[in-house]
Amino acid sequence: MSAPAAVASGRLVRLAVLVLPYAWLFLFFLLPFLIVAKIALSEPALGIPPYAPVLRWTEEKVLTLVLNLGNFALLAEDRFYLEAYLRSLRVAAVSALLCLLIGYPMAYAIARAPERRRHLLLVLVILPFWTSFLLRVMAWIGILQEQGVLNGLLLSLGLVREPLRLLYTEGAVYLGIVYCYLPFMVLPLYASLAKLDPVLLEAAADLGARPFRAFLTVTLPLSFPGIAAGVMLVFIPAVGEFVIPELLGGPSAQLVGRVLWVEFFQNRDWPMASALAVALLLLLVIPIALFQHLAAQRARR
Amino acid sequence: MVGAGPEARPAAPEPWRDPDAEPYLRLRGVTRRFGEVTAVAGIDLDIYRGELFALLGGSGSGKTTLLRMLAGFERPDSGTITLDGEDLLAMPPYERPVNMMFQSYALFPHMTVAENIAYGLRREGLPRAEIAARVAEALELVQLVGLERRRPAALSGGQRQRVALARCLVKRPKLLLLDEPLGALDKSLREATQFELVNIQERTGTTFIMVTHDQEEAMTMASRIAVMAEGRLAQVGTPAEVYEYPASRFVAAFLGTANIFEGIVRRAEGPGALVESTALDALFRSDADSPKPVGGRVFVAVRPEKMRIEKVAEAGGNGPNRLDGTVRDIAYYGDFVMYVVALPDGSVVRVSRPTETRLTELPITWNDPVAVTWPDFATVLLAQ
Repeated sequence: MSAPAAVASGRLVRLAVLVLPYAWLFLFFLLPFLIVAKIALSEPALGIPPYAPVLRWTEEKVLTLVLNLGNFALLAEDRFYLEAYLRSLRVAAVSALLCLLIGYPMAYAIARAPERRRHLLLVLVILPFWTSFLLRVMAWIGILQEQGVLNGLLLSLGLVREPLRLLYTEGAVYLGIVYCYLPFMVLPLYASLAKLDPVLLEAAADLGARPFRAFLTVTLPLSFPGIAAGVMLVFIPAVGEFVIPELLGGPSAQLVGRVLWVEFFQNRDWPMASALAVALLLLLVIPIALFQHLAAQRARR
Repeated sequence: MVGAGPEARPAAPEPWRDPDAEPYLRLRGVTRRFGEVTAVAGIDLDIYRGELFALLGGSGSGKTTLLRMLAGFERPDSGTITLDGEDLLAMPPYERPVNMMFQSYALFPHMTVAENIAYGLRREGLPRAEIAARVAEALELVQLVGLERRRPAALSGGQRQRVALARCLVKRPKLLLLDEPLGALDKSLREATQFELVNIQERTGTTFIMVTHDQEEAMTMASRIAVMAEGRLAQVGTPAEVYEYPASRFVAAFLGTANIFEGIVRRAEGPGALVESTALDALFRSDADSPKPVGGRVFVAVRPEKMRIEKVAEAGGNGPNRLDGTVRDIAYYGDFVMYVVALPDGSVVRVSRPTETRLTELPITWNDPVAVTWPDFATVLLAQ
């Protein structure tokens, strides 16, 4: 290969490296999003697919763009949707917080464990992934139901007189989400805590910080990237979570995931379901992008 | 090279020579074991107020373990440590009036220079205004004014070292521990920093204890040096004492270069002794008394820079303190030349001569038969 050709191929590789992630995002994120957005802006129709095209020829052979903003208007007006959104956000936020409170000590303990035991502990954290997600959620039904394992235990110990209603409650939903998403919190927290140089804690102690003060002023701020990553990894999927609330939650408290499912499969209102999905996405992406932008700005200063 | 540093200071008081002087830091029987290994083995040591004391030793000599016991990160298995009359071992690290400058500096990466320095003062719960004043004073002392809002990542190695120093000094500790204080700096910066550290130590009057594996660093900076080996103190003394009067072969060889021969004490001669080496067929005369009686086996140490080297033809008559051999190697260092002379028994002796003239052709060259001689005072007799 001649020298100019080598330079040209080098440039090509560099270009490919730059283009590939954008192409990926375009193909698998932006394009599907645009398709969903298009469906959200169309009118429902009977047929396959169950919506009218946005671009169509009128009888006078004029290409017209018909946009239906009614779905988004309904989303804003109908308190049912708004409440489902807020409920989902609350459930996700509380779940992320619970995961953080449980996950942080776990990650801390693993990061401080002797080197040879660390790998085993990490494998144990990931171990539940080897069983199907659905099976694990189903297993909780067996534990929580009225004739279930937990009630049986409580009754036999004489702690309660009659079985408690555990299943189909908001508590069961929290339990399910925290149980399923905990590894996503522990892993990034572990990564940032393991990176922390223990000498920094010695320095803090040397300068007069008691252990808890050293934790607050050194460990906690330095593990913030891990906290942010963990909270996002739990919060974002939990907002749209469908399976856990469906299997463990009560019928009264509808979450966005379930509303979406109902619109899509029961009402066959694809445009409405798409509008819900688009709104949910924007609701999540805009604050996160804003947050990242601010964080980047602060880091630059 | 050795002795060229900031050692030249006004006649400092030497409290360790005064039997009535009260030691500031007192270690008695301090021992620390890690499983089978005894890292520090029963150390007794007195350090006086205002000293810049160096713990010198190779890796695994126990010097760092000893320093960490003073800071409180390790607990001795037995022994006592008192500082200014207080039992240091009764206090956790965060209550000790002792601060440590870590080898890696251990600056908090998420805090600015000013926040790093203020950290220890804020833990004391001092009023805001006083913290600000003392941080400003510390920044001035280490010449970092103007960088207070930088993060450690945006500083050079030398600047980080000063932040670490300021962060300790601002606490006004009774004892400042320095773990390889110059280890992370490049060579050009090291000498300037040596002077600066000694200056700051003298200005603040703080007692410094530093750990180093670099003999030059210890020699040039310290008021006294403790040479450590295998968890014990091989020798404690001023740099000049340790260099000129080493207590053992180990110390003689660890500090600088030493030629070491083995011999038998033949007789006392004047105030000194005459030692014979049958292997070398040579006599060594010292003007100091032998540590062993007549007939005992001793070691003879002679520093290369105290020896003379001449062509055999030019050398005078045969006397003690003379070894004949042939030049095997010549190493040119610029400021001095090191000759490696092979002796008849196969061993070598190293002789260094300053390059006083600008001769590019040395008068002595490879394979020349030479005589190596030295004065009586250069002969150091060692029992072990």
